[in-house]
Amino acid sequence: MTGFRVRRPGRLAAEAVTLLVAAAVAFPLYWMVLSAFKPAGEIQSTEPRPWTLSPSLDSFRRVFEQQDFGRYFLNSLIVAGTVVLASALIAFLAATAVTRFRFRFRTTLLIMFLVAQMVPVEALTIPLFFLMRDAGQLNTLGSLILPHIAFSLPFAIWMLRGFVKAVPEALEEQAQIDGASRTRFLWQILFPLVFPGLVATSVFSFISTWNDFLFAKSFLISDTSQSTLPMALLVFFKPDENDWGGIMAGSTVMTVPVLVFFVLVQRRLVSGLGGAVKD
Amino acid sequence: MTTQLTATGKPPGATAPPAARPARRAGPRGHRPWTPWLYLLPALAVLGGLLVYPVYQLGLISFLEYTQAQVSGGEPTSFKGFGNYTALFADPQFWQVLLATVLFAAACVLTTLAVGCALAVLLTRVRALPRFVLMMAALGAWATPAITGSTVWVFLFDPDFGPVNKLLGLGDFSWTYGRYSAFALVLLEVVWCSFPFVMVTVYAGIKAIPSEVLEAAALDGASQWRIWRSVMAPVLRPILVVVTIQSIIWDFKVFTQIYVMTNGGGIAGQNLVLNVYAYQKAFASSQYSLGSAIGVVMLLILLAVTLVYLRLLRRQGEEL
Repeated sequence: MTGFRVRRPGRLAAEAVTLLVAAAVAFPLYWMVLSAFKPAGEIQSTEPRPWTLSPSLDSFRRVFEQQDFGRYFLNSLIVAGTVVLASALIAFLAATAVTRFRFRFRTTLLIMFLVAQMVPVEALTIPLFFLMRDAGQLNTLGSLILPHIAFSLPFAIWMLRGFVKAVPEALEEQAQIDGASRTRFLWQILFPLVFPGLVATSVFSFISTWNDFLFAKSFLISDTSQSTLPMALLVFFKPDENDWGGIMAGSTVMTVPVLVFFVLVQRRLVSGLGGAVKD
Repeated sequence: MTTQLTATGKPPGATAPPAARPARRAGPRGHRPWTPWLYLLPALAVLGGLLVYPVYQLGLISFLEYTQAQVSGGEPTSFKGFGNYTALFADPQFWQVLLATVLFAAACVLTTLAVGCALAVLLTRVRALPRFVLMMAALGAWATPAITGSTVWVFLFDPDFGPVNKLLGLGDFSWTYGRYSAFALVLLEVVWCSFPFVMVTVYAGIKAIPSEVLEAAALDGASQWRIWRSVMAPVLRPILVVVTIQSIIWDFKVFTQIYVMTNGGGIAGQNLVLNVYAYQKAFASSQYSLGSAIGVVMLLILLAVTLVYLRLLRRQGEEL
């Protein structure tokens, strides 16, 4: 906190509460990883214990051997990676256009981007299904990539706007005086300056794409080699008895990369959100 | 400073219009009128093809007779006018699902906001280490994909193998069996993964308040509640509007959690929300036109939320 005084006992109590809350918030993730490493007997135990004395990799082995998890992981990575890169570039150009130029319909466009954010993408599953079918894209990763680029764009443009706006106009004039072309200014000056904003924006598009379950479920109907992780996880749910070890191991494999990514960019993310809200 | 603060209840400049910007030139030197459109071209192409056109299609299908027979090309599509909508509105299940969706989303939004704001304030009262620990835990919950979050929470509350029932002494109580307990379980998961966004954003907003202002209020003997209500809340209002609207939009559209945690909408569809209902109608029973009509209803509701949001932005004098 920024030097505003809190009495000591009060602060200690607040800190105890903070740590308790943190433990409660982290507990589901702890339980997920723990259960992934528990041997089958312990998972099926009706006396669940919050530790294990004999960690085993059986569940992971089952996940990667029975299910082609490596393949699904790669598919998820390809889809999310492509969406992040493409939407960051497209959004950067669009955000530059709406903040650094004055032109007719600029405000109308901005309002349209705002409205577009609210479109319930889930409702578009039906028309997109027919669109993908007619374009022969069903059962391809493209059927996931294309809609996700479209859905992450409005939010990305809206958020990047603040970052592009924050770059002083004088810098642009200076660059022009120094003889830099517009393209050069765009990529060599503006782009590095708004990069933190791009990172924050990318987190959102990455998460929403990595999470996607509905489109994968609807568009990848028969070709399981094109499946992504969320679909693969469902295989372990069985009508008679769920394979909880497999589900938890699969969930761990799916969650850990995102966690690592989040931790890596967390500073940028927090400052990015700060930047966006302060705007 | 202090008197000014207590007199208006707001730190100076908090709601003042943004500082006048230097007048913008009509366009930078050498700027051709089509340059911005060139920059916008990729975005507009993608959005036009994959958002605007599908929205148009959605509306169109909702007025057609469109079931498996038409999809496979066995029968020609025919125009049904408002037929799908009358069928939908005549179905008591639709109204029940609509009501459940609105109440469920409202409960999720309110809980998320309350938890997020409370924890954001808590974060400002503690030293760096506890703050870092909670931030990291929250980041973990935030980063967890909806589907893994759903599976883990179902497992935590599993009647046989879950630790929660054991801890609470609930025996083999099945959370997903009853309508309200199933909704409550999904709500917990939704709040768990969405409060971090509120917490981090509001925390960033509080940090942006100059510390002298808060110190002055504390020196003047204002209680914590009073400081929150009279100093922080007014400054944070724009941020609160943003996180509220975002939460409404997210929670209204919850799909994965309901689908996975209640196995496609609960026993006899008792946990259906509009999204899952539309999906089941369209893809499980091939009534694409009915599914589309539900989609249109959702679109209209969210459009109404958007209009309210736009008005709020306008009133705050935000320059677009």
